[in-house]
Amino acid sequence: MNPANRPEMTQRFEAIYNEAVARKKALNESSQPMIYIGMATCGLAAGALETRQSFEQTLLEEDLAAIIRPVGCIGHCYAEPVVIIDHPSSGFPPLFYQQVTPGKAKMLVKSFLAGGDPLFEHVLGAMKANDMVPQVTDFPRFSQEERIVMGKCGLIDPEDIYDYIAEGGYLSLIKALTLSQDEIIKEIKNSGLRGRGGAGFLTGRKWGLAKDAQGLKKFVICNADEGDPGAYMDRTILESNPHQVLEGMAICAYAVGATEAIAYVRSEYPIAVKRVVTAISQAEELGLFGEGAQGFFDIKFSVFKGSGAFVCGEETALIQSLEGNRGMPRHRPPYPVQKGLNGHPTVINNVKTLASVPAIINKGAQWYRDIGARQSPGTAIFSVVGSVVHPGLVEIPMGVTLETLIFDICGGIPNKKGFKAVQIGGPSGGCLPADFLATPIDFDSLSGAGAMMGSGGMVVMDEDTCMVNVARYFVDFTQKESCGKCTFCRIGTRHLLDILDRITKGEGREGDLEQLESLALAIKAGSLCGLGKTAPNPILTSLRYFRDEYEAHIMEKRCPAGMCRKLTAYYIDLDRCARGCDACVGSCPVEAIFTTKNRKKGIDQSLCVKCGECMAACPQQYDAVRKVSPPDKAPVIERPVEE
Amino acid sequence: MVRLVVNDLEIEAEDGISVLEACLNNGIYIPNLCFINGMSSPPVSCRMCFVEIEGEARPVSSCAVKATDGMKVRTDTEQVRGLQRTAFQLLMSVHDVDCGRCPANKRCPLQRIAVFLKVPLRPGRLEKHLKNPDVDNVHPLIDYYPNRCMLCGKCIFVCREKHGQPRMTFAKRGFETVISFYGEKDLSGPACKECLACIDICPVRAIVTKDQAVE
Repeated sequence: MNPANRPEMTQRFEAIYNEAVARKKALNESSQPMIYIGMATCGLAAGALETRQSFEQTLLEEDLAAIIRPVGCIGHCYAEPVVIIDHPSSGFPPLFYQQVTPGKAKMLVKSFLAGGDPLFEHVLGAMKANDMVPQVTDFPRFSQEERIVMGKCGLIDPEDIYDYIAEGGYLSLIKALTLSQDEIIKEIKNSGLRGRGGAGFLTGRKWGLAKDAQGLKKFVICNADEGDPGAYMDRTILESNPHQVLEGMAICAYAVGATEAIAYVRSEYPIAVKRVVTAISQAEELGLFGEGAQGFFDIKFSVFKGSGAFVCGEETALIQSLEGNRGMPRHRPPYPVQKGLNGHPTVINNVKTLASVPAIINKGAQWYRDIGARQSPGTAIFSVVGSVVHPGLVEIPMGVTLETLIFDICGGIPNKKGFKAVQIGGPSGGCLPADFLATPIDFDSLSGAGAMMGSGGMVVMDEDTCMVNVARYFVDFTQKESCGKCTFCRIGTRHLLDILDRITKGEGREGDLEQLESLALAIKAGSLCGLGKTAPNPILTSLRYFRDEYEAHIMEKRCPAGMCRKLTAYYIDLDRCARGCDACVGSCPVEAIFTTKNRKKGIDQSLCVKCGECMAACPQQYDAVRKVSPPDKAPVIERPVEE
Repeated sequence: MVRLVVNDLEIEAEDGISVLEACLNNGIYIPNLCFINGMSSPPVSCRMCFVEIEGEARPVSSCAVKATDGMKVRTDTEQVRGLQRTAFQLLMSVHDVDCGRCPANKRCPLQRIAVFLKVPLRPGRLEKHLKNPDVDNVHPLIDYYPNRCMLCGKCIFVCREKHGQPRMTFAKRGFETVISFYGEKDLSGPACKECLACIDICPVRAIVTKDQAVE
């Protein structure tokens, strides 16, 4: 944009901003209660659509008026479907309800909206300070978070650009457009922002290289090809607040001199794709983006749907895929900032990186630097899943320890089980045992411990998890997702999988561990791209920290966690089994359970498929089903000969 | 011309060529499978041509590095040989070693590399995996032997050079990756019949004309 047009631009934006504020004010001043329903993929999967229908129907039946606002995801998976009801005339603050089933929705309309009783037993907390209901921010799951990227997620309508603008959205872009390219890049450099895609490269430096690179054309790509098992923060951000990511992309495009911005979203995220497309067209309609003189500066936005290859999250493979080729990584250098899409300089940043940008421009580099750890400023978003009481997305300042995150914020391990390990960084990351719980979460500490920040997947595992099996799972994943281009990754990971397969089946041999180790190190050193280079990490870390478990599998044919089916057996403790109880018999899918002579139960080991159903079915007061490893430890109970 | 030192020997190389090419041109052999002379952006996929270059922390692929003045290269360090031997053993663990009946016998780069690295063609350390069926005869003129192929991609490269849009591609993922033909409906047409460049370039005779299949 021509600097002379800047006053005009500011004026134009002011009009848009005023409109957004006016719309919001009109909503707030209407006497109708507002019902916010979390309708991102996670909410929908938990039944938010049915909940919404129930609200609508009950409102109709009761002849009540209320405004239903679909919002994105607030990140509290354990509480889905999440509903926030703002009913000012009732005298209560906005209330956060968890697990709102259609039945609960009906109750809420009848008692709260019609009768003024907010049903405290279903309230998780209040969204604002008040003297009646404790605030959600008093709970550790909320209080220790610091939300920069996800600040508006779950609170605004992702399909309404005015909602974002009323909350201060796109102000950073307007501010950025009054700065020079170098000023923006300097600000990002000073903020110390590091790429959230995994490796943690300095974003400001990347932008600087792209700006200085020679090219007729430049591109900005948002990498939303999130594929790590158990990681879903990029999806949630795009579904809950796509405009913040677009704003970051626009700032980046202006700073590096790019005229095209592409959001590369995997097609398995249809709602994210839809919302990003909607967001782009809304921003274009308002004249924020557009080619030539249509927008505030010359920029063309588009969305590209990835076709489901994990490897396309690797930036050179992503470019291949955008160019219409098979998604296979190529050798770096040249890096994409020098030679990227169609040979032009290209900045590729992760969703979270770009979503951090508007706040940095708005509040300044120093503000950002003061958050988090020295070498890793800012916040980290983890999807904490597995054996934790409160799974979901957590945005914390860098430097918080694993212990705080898992035990204080996410509530620790359920069912009185012990903590065993945490897997960080998906298939490229590693498993850390309890000794590492004091590790602060930042790029350098995690890689120092043998894991990595990765894109932010975090799987917490309890004592019933077999680490050999976990390593096997991840190698199976990378093996299937390898592009097949280079020798080490294509063939090497298969051999790793072969060995792990054998070990988990009790067919491990002496020398297997040494071979695993040497092969893993060779794959790490010899592979072409990041996928191959990091694929052996789950094996290397579990070998380092849980070697005894591998050895038990190989030497004693025993699975210490009792997870590997070939190495475990179920049996019924006859001293505890209740005469005449048939609970387990009905639960067994393969009719392996028989009645002994004195009307107790036994398991026919030759039929048992080790599903564990009988253990779950056995009434608690008897607790007679036992699991042992190795399987020959199970006492033999003869099936009585049928007469 | 640039001058670089390889294994303590000073050699000359044309400007802009890779370390691999520079060494090969000067009679210094570096095992390689996927590189074709003059390639502007080599696939760097076979992971055989590792060398150590002074100033680099780890072995690098010599086909992907341009030779520069004063560069100091070693092609025979322990680390380099370790990686090459492992890569070769991996390749051989999926290769049907049936040299007697293979048309590539005696001119096969795998045989040469085995001798060079002193690794047997049948390393017993790793489990053998062969694909089934062992031949893909969908193409009207050409047969493809996946258990000979080491996926160097040279066939795709020459096909793209000749026809713009290649008629063959990598297919499937991971361990299952193979070369597969696609494109026009009728592959028996003159384009394929008169070209057959893929057959000429295939170093291990994994792609052969139907009558050439067994020599």
